[in-house]
Amino acid sequence: MSALTGPPRRREPRSVLPWLAAPALVVFVGFAVVPLVGVFALSFTTWDGIGAIRLTGLTSWRAVLTDPGLPHALWVTFLVMAVSWVVQTPLSILLGTFLAGRQRYRAVLGVVYFVPLMLSSAAIAIAYEALLDPNFGLGAGLRLQTLSQDWLGRPGLAFGVVVFVVSWQFVPFHSLIYQGGVQQIPKSLYEAAQLDGAGRIRQFFSITLPQLKYTVITSSTLMVVGSLTFFDLIFVLTGGGPGDATRVLALDMYKRGFQASLMGPASAIAVILVLVGLALALLLRRLGGRDAGASQLEGA
Amino acid sequence: MALSRRTLLGLAAAVPVSAVLTACGGSSGPGKSGGATYWYLNGQPQEGVRAGAVDAFNKAHPDERIDDTTFQNDAYKTKIKTAIGAGQAPTIIWGWGGGTLRAYAEAGQVEDLTSWFDEHSEVKKGLFPSSFGAATVDGKIYAMPCETVQPIILYYNRKVFEQVGVKPPESWDDIMALVPRFNAKGIAPFALGGQSRWTNMMWLEFLFDRIGGPEVFQAAIEGEKNAWSHPDAITALTRLQDLVKADGFVKGFSSITADSNADQALLYTGRAAMMLHGAWSYGIQQTDGGDFVSSGSLGYMTFPPVEGGKGDPSDTVGNPAHYLSISSKAGAEQKKVAKDFFATGVLQEEVKKWIGNGSVPIRLGTEKLLAASENADFLQFTYDIASKAKVFVQSWDQALSPTAAETMLDNIVKLFQLSISPQQFARNLNAVTGA
Repeated sequence: MSALTGPPRRREPRSVLPWLAAPALVVFVGFAVVPLVGVFALSFTTWDGIGAIRLTGLTSWRAVLTDPGLPHALWVTFLVMAVSWVVQTPLSILLGTFLAGRQRYRAVLGVVYFVPLMLSSAAIAIAYEALLDPNFGLGAGLRLQTLSQDWLGRPGLAFGVVVFVVSWQFVPFHSLIYQGGVQQIPKSLYEAAQLDGAGRIRQFFSITLPQLKYTVITSSTLMVVGSLTFFDLIFVLTGGGPGDATRVLALDMYKRGFQASLMGPASAIAVILVLVGLALALLLRRLGGRDAGASQLEGA
Repeated sequence: MALSRRTLLGLAAAVPVSAVLTACGGSSGPGKSGGATYWYLNGQPQEGVRAGAVDAFNKAHPDERIDDTTFQNDAYKTKIKTAIGAGQAPTIIWGWGGGTLRAYAEAGQVEDLTSWFDEHSEVKKGLFPSSFGAATVDGKIYAMPCETVQPIILYYNRKVFEQVGVKPPESWDDIMALVPRFNAKGIAPFALGGQSRWTNMMWLEFLFDRIGGPEVFQAAIEGEKNAWSHPDAITALTRLQDLVKADGFVKGFSSITADSNADQALLYTGRAAMMLHGAWSYGIQQTDGGDFVSSGSLGYMTFPPVEGGKGDPSDTVGNPAHYLSISSKAGAEQKKVAKDFFATGVLQEEVKKWIGNGSVPIRLGTEKLLAASENADFLQFTYDIASKAKVFVQSWDQALSPTAAETMLDNIVKLFQLSISPQQFARNLNAVTGA
């Protein structure tokens, strides 16, 4: 959004520009703003999803905020967010840098790495669930003791599996972003570094990484805000279990709303999700500095 | 991906709102004019019988039409509630009766069928009287009982019992004594699809009844204060945890889902010795288990008594029937089609097919058909349980309101994982049913 205010004014006919934004605006209002307002209103009601909606003030909010399930779900959500960021970011940067090279075998590998991104989350979850089945899964089939753990039945392991599968699915996407970022870095910087006698590793840390600063912020924002809404994969893979070990906020919202028929509290959680997501997105923008929109390519 | 996450959030937020809008506007469900719609569960062999009944009806009534759609069990439970709330319900609503039906009836979402049953008394007289309990809310009938009676049965693998050299349990103490014998041979004593939650629930249904009698859970349904803290309830919960601690259930039961039939596979492949499951399991074992059923390897019995328990060992738990309701939001023409389906189609065509896959239809006077079936022994066994049980406890998650049921299922999983004590379980449930 700041891109609209950032660049210096040009002499284009200004009356045309607002019209160009209209389709996006309609979609945004229809699918984001209207539901948001609706959910906010619903959070002050009691509704079982079937009968009449009754205004009950802060009852739902009180129920949600005093429920020990909320801090737990928040904690699991942040843990998934943090751990999957720590796992995904270095992997994506390295893979992205590797794929940025022009050699043909790298292009072939790039296509292979891209495969997980083309599968639906539900399909991935079902496949992993079958592979990790303690009795009929991969470990039992290959008779490998180390592989036939109760992967999805023990809280710590199940959490690890969720992070692993999430990373497996999304590392390709972030690699793609980094690949683009690396290819944007001017060759002249590397040539200058070579003249100064910098090796490959030194070049990576002194040129590639600093130049990727804004790519890191973009990718991290997508990861962090996206992980708030992880739902499909976890729902199919563990159902939030075992117990509530992998019950993230989005899943908690769904379970309350659609399984327990408590639409009011579910809407309150939805509002909390939106607020947390907005706060995180703003925080990450701050980390990027005030000139986040400015070009870093030449003459930096 | 960014797009899909964003859309997901948008969707998650949009669903309740669109539900509000349609509910307020009283707008119509899909296909208001023309044929009736009918949603039910998929999964063979049951799906085939249901689809067959619809086909037969459509063929016999060229001017009327029912369009059917199938769903997976756990997905359906959520989908149907949302659809009804959004005014998008199918004409014919397939369900389990009980607490969920009560919620529909109190919200005026399903037709009162009492007068229809008065006019069509021959339909009512032809069905098990016990099947109407879960269809009745405050003295009015809101659903047509259908399909089969499904008590919960203790299945066992005869081959495995022979191999280990032990006899089927006749009491709870026998069960606890069998557990180490099977574990020593590397065979799981009990298969359990614990991720599905209601599978664990069946254990508590029996333990509560055998130890404390049906009054203990009845008190909880009726909203009595501290019903779950009854000493017999605490004993039942403790016994269950004893069984978990003794490794009574298959390794990794928390991650096994019943919808995938992996728990059934454990029994017929001989990796587990016993399994507590619904009567419908027989048909699954027959379809999936190769010659497991035909070779006589599948054993079955009622849940044994618990030493010192107050419950009658003839009591059973499970689903007294399935239920078909008519959406009150459907058009007059659709309602007529649905009622014609109730009057002529249901059961008539299906009885033989249900018997063929090892189920007992809720239609009276089928003894001869049952006896002539290749599954005669099992069918007679189920028929006897259903007709002789002094008390037929409806599945807890269907008897309770959806909100209480969700809390109960969550806490049952924690109980099985030993992450809460029986006392904590009781406290958590008292808070939702005794309020």
